[in-house]
Amino acid sequence: MEVNEQIAIDHGLKKDEYKKICDLLKRSPNLTELGIFSAMWNEHCSYKSSRLHLKKLPTKGKKVIQGPGENAGVIDIEDGDAIVFKIESHNHPSFIEPYQGAATGVGGIMRDVFTMGARPIANLNSIHFGSPQHKKTKNLLRGVVHGIGGYGNCMGVPTIAGQTSFDSSYNGNILVNAMTLGLVKKNKIFYSKAAGLNKPVIYVGSKTGRDGIHGASMASASFDEKIEEKKPTVQVGDPFTEKLLLEACLELMAGDSIIAIQDMGAAGLTSSSIEMASKGNLGIEINLDKVPCRETKMTPYEIMLSESQERMLIVLENGKEDLAKKIFDKWNLDFAVIGKTTNTKKIELFFDNKQVANIPVKTLVEDSPMYNRKWKKAKLPKKNKIKKDIYKKLNIKDVLKKVLSNQNICSKEWIWRQYDHTVMGDTIQKPGGDSGVVRVHGTDKAVAASVDSSAVYCWAHPLTGGKQVVAESWRNLISVGATPIAITNCLNFGSPENENNMGEFVECVQGIGEASKYLNFPVVSGNVSFYNQTKEVGIKPTPSIGGVGLIKDYKKMVTMDFKKIDNLVLVIGKTEGHIDQSLFARAILDEKNGPPPEVNLFNEKNNGESLLNLINKDYIQSAHDISLGGLITAISKMCIQGNKGIKLKKANNFVNELEYLFCEDQGRYIIEIKPEDLKEVTNLLDKNSVHYDELGIITDKEMIINQKTKLTIDELKSYYTNWLTNYMSA
Amino acid sequence: MKSSVITFPGSNCDRDMDVALKKFGFKNTMVWHNDNELPKSDLVVLPGGFSYGDYLRCGSMAAKSKIMQSVINFAKSGGLVMGICNGFQILVETGLVPGVLLRNKYLEFICKNVFVKLDNKENTYFKNLDKKVLEFHIAHNEGNYFCTKDQLKEIEDNNQIAIYYCNNEGKVEDQFNPNGSLKNIAGIFNKEKNVLGMMPHPERMIDQSLSGEDGSIFFKNLINNIK
Repeated sequence: MEVNEQIAIDHGLKKDEYKKICDLLKRSPNLTELGIFSAMWNEHCSYKSSRLHLKKLPTKGKKVIQGPGENAGVIDIEDGDAIVFKIESHNHPSFIEPYQGAATGVGGIMRDVFTMGARPIANLNSIHFGSPQHKKTKNLLRGVVHGIGGYGNCMGVPTIAGQTSFDSSYNGNILVNAMTLGLVKKNKIFYSKAAGLNKPVIYVGSKTGRDGIHGASMASASFDEKIEEKKPTVQVGDPFTEKLLLEACLELMAGDSIIAIQDMGAAGLTSSSIEMASKGNLGIEINLDKVPCRETKMTPYEIMLSESQERMLIVLENGKEDLAKKIFDKWNLDFAVIGKTTNTKKIELFFDNKQVANIPVKTLVEDSPMYNRKWKKAKLPKKNKIKKDIYKKLNIKDVLKKVLSNQNICSKEWIWRQYDHTVMGDTIQKPGGDSGVVRVHGTDKAVAASVDSSAVYCWAHPLTGGKQVVAESWRNLISVGATPIAITNCLNFGSPENENNMGEFVECVQGIGEASKYLNFPVVSGNVSFYNQTKEVGIKPTPSIGGVGLIKDYKKMVTMDFKKIDNLVLVIGKTEGHIDQSLFARAILDEKNGPPPEVNLFNEKNNGESLLNLINKDYIQSAHDISLGGLITAISKMCIQGNKGIKLKKANNFVNELEYLFCEDQGRYIIEIKPEDLKEVTNLLDKNSVHYDELGIITDKEMIINQKTKLTIDELKSYYTNWLTNYMSA
Repeated sequence: MKSSVITFPGSNCDRDMDVALKKFGFKNTMVWHNDNELPKSDLVVLPGGFSYGDYLRCGSMAAKSKIMQSVINFAKSGGLVMGICNGFQILVETGLVPGVLLRNKYLEFICKNVFVKLDNKENTYFKNLDKKVLEFHIAHNEGNYFCTKDQLKEIEDNNQIAIYYCNNEGKVEDQFNPNGSLKNIAGIFNKEKNVLGMMPHPERMIDQSLSGEDGSIFFKNLINNIK
């Protein structure tokens, strides 16, 4: 077939992009070459709209071994150990086919981690759905949860934490972000940079089929009413084969045969071979007849663009082929020498004794388009004037009931009990806490991880929202006693070609950058997902932040359940009554305007570090950060998990009790301490100029908010635990 | 005391079992599914996981793997064989224990702590245990035990039911049945009671930082009974 401009446009390329390809090649590409360009130059692989802005993120730090640009980021956790981690989106395929879309998202991110030599030790996920009333929501949620569980459970990697939200802006575009942490010895990390000439290029794993062709291009476009037709672009996952691939790769990695290794993810054989050649400043020659295929008569175009899962590309040392083949034979996996490294700096493909592609690597990578898209700055919305009369009609108990059973607050146990969260025998904090925590096997150390996003805040004011998500991630790690080290980000936005959406992206990234710089909490990996949009309607801007921290002695880990009657409860950080964009304002008052709560990075840092200091001195019996739903929601969860009550003091100087209880001021934590430690604890907080208030005392089985408002723990539990189970079984 | 843990392609609790057995004093060997011979063992364990992806019936492919002939011979000569979760599924597929394991009643994977009541202490696994109720952990998609009426009569007559799902006080009722198992059955023996298959994972309950410690009680007792 003769390639022309229209065919290029059908491949998702723009007119001027096609012209640039012809200029670079000094001829028109053939169909296989065009397919390769379209795969490498789409938004998903090339980051053409985001690169310029991502450069501004802080990515370095004392603990950072590898920042963005590799399969995943790597951080130092001392004693020669390192953690490899990354988060990635699988939004578009999960909407089209929720089970396979979510499953292969989990499979893909685990491959990114074990490609670097690390054994995966924990999975997390951040999933977002449309309004519960929307007709697709229930099936999408069920399919996604089954898919995540189906893959992760089979791999034998515990899913230790996550986040779920519902918002009508996701009605036509759900979000599925999967994160994996792996453990590796610092001196056994593997990279994707090829080196040396005439080194054998090896294909291992599953056979190549016709599934997932153009998956990455599909994920680089908005949806319309014909989206169901895109089902064939969704890959099909085989977690069993991936488990074998994991074990086989780790076995081969124990020796010194591998020069470079890269998983075949988005854009399959195309991007993996080009990445390795590009990083090594080499050429690569592949004989496509040698690629193990699942179907007959596959064309070079199909082989290069297939996104069949569970495949890896390896550059081996010469003479190690037999040794490597033995290992892959043992695990019943395909193994084929399909090519070699060359000094041409070109990607050269052969099929049926003919050359079918010949492209300089540089044109696909360095010369790929980069856009400085137009974007619009968001103004900070004016504060809402809420009439105090409205408050008179509300009673605290009713409001608390509605808040605890709100879909964005209530217990997500229906989801996480379907994930194996205890396999590997090191999970010491299960889902449902501030962070999931796993021990570093055979040591006294533990790693904490959490994943957060606050789309409502980001929508109201992207700059503040971006800062807030990073701050919340930091707080979730500190609340379990972990020292925060670094983050990974998954940036989910609408179309970059729309200046409002692009503005949301630019300013969220700016906010993330400011907070991570101030908190010394660098970004080491991540991914961008644009075009989460159906026709003209985009999602609320949803950057997901995955944070990782270290607990040096796992016995010092803190949980949120109240521990002991008569212990004292304090709040660290100042409560000022910011109601705009709170769950209370949106769900109870039906007020959608106003700015999100301000993020004061000095206070965040000071409050967090002071709490960590108290935890290390063994003063803290339980802790929980205050986020969605405010102070009373946080306390309720601590009561429910600990099966204890609390008697609250009357708040000082507060005009309105509802504002006091439900406001979402940032930088706050609830802590439980022993009565005899009060003096030392408050002295330490005073010394560091940390604001705190005494809230009350732990009791047997009742939450006493004031003389008129009392709730039993069973009541709180029934509000908090039933919504999701009832919804899914209705 | 010597133990062997079989690794099938897709096993994923093999390491956890190795850790647990060693912690309580077993000298454990990992055995590959494609080997012919079992090493000399006092106990053979078929661990949890998704052998062969569980793409056919759970456990059916593994039941036919090379090493299983030796395991079956070992069991038939009176050797102790314990199958946990996927291992239990493999055992029913070999016919060493009766019945089948269907998909959970609500068609969902379940990962949580459960209580089990011990019914039968005249065997090497539970002899001398003081407790009547243990807190264990389950994580499975196909743990819904089922057998025919005749089989049920036979296993009841022979006292082959090892453990039942119950509450913390040992009450065996429908509401404490997590997966729809017939009679709340969580684990059963062969007739001779040297082969035990059970869905719960004692190896995930072996120190106080994990989900609980009743697994430690089980393993300590087991090694003492074998000695």
